[in-house]
Amino acid sequence: MPFMDSLYAAARRMTRNDADAEDLVQETYLKAYRGFGGFQEGTNLKAWLYRILTNTFINTYRAKRRRPSESDLDDVEDLYLYRRLGGLELAGLGRSAEEDLLESYTDDEVKAAIESLPEQFRMAVLLADVEGFSYKEIADILDIPIGTVMSRLHRGRKGLQKKLWEFAVERGLVA
Amino acid sequence: MAEGNCEDALHELYHFLDGALTEERRSAIQRHLDDCPPCFDAYDFEIELRSVIAKKCHEAVPESLKRRIAEAIDHENLHPPAPPAG
Repeated sequence: MPFMDSLYAAARRMTRNDADAEDLVQETYLKAYRGFGGFQEGTNLKAWLYRILTNTFINTYRAKRRRPSESDLDDVEDLYLYRRLGGLELAGLGRSAEEDLLESYTDDEVKAAIESLPEQFRMAVLLADVEGFSYKEIADILDIPIGTVMSRLHRGRKGLQKKLWEFAVERGLVA
Repeated sequence: MAEGNCEDALHELYHFLDGALTEERRSAIQRHLDDCPPCFDAYDFEIELRSVIAKKCHEAVPESLKRRIAEAIDHENLHPPAPPAG
């Protein structure tokens, strides 16, 4: 089964529980298997599978439509996390100090940070920053304009960085 | 003195990282990053952050799920859905 690791990880972040993630992945593969006649050889199989995954998620598991609370992110400037945690190398603490700091985030913290994002922003961040799809590929997968991809990604990353900062503060990493 | 100003470079940093700039803008930002240690530091941090996010979001697929899916597809082969009428 191609890409099962990444599809399962994405499904887990979207549904936020193991059982639904498994059902979602199973349904995705079944649909892909049944609809494989519709797949064009030479085009991006991974993007095609992700399109089925996200559509199935949206149609089956999506919570009641809720506007992302945008006001929470208004005070989050670009490079939010860097402005708070970065600059260690410049301060003479060496390159590994920043790497160590970022590495010190646990898997659970990173996953929780992504899962804390409103769905639309979460999906954009998953597709771009976890799976490495381009804006155009994300636009095709989610069937939205590229401008919308950029906007959701921009806000999603802000939300993610804000959450990661909160974890750092909770952990006592920073005063 | 680095080419271009830091504000522009940082403002476009995410588009730069996303590979979404024109070749002209991309190489201008690259030249700035090459010559400007503070901006390069921000770039380096963001690269590292993305790498950490991607790496730590990994999930091991449960063996039971792989089995379920293999069985479901076998079932599809044995009992294909009826073709649409007409």
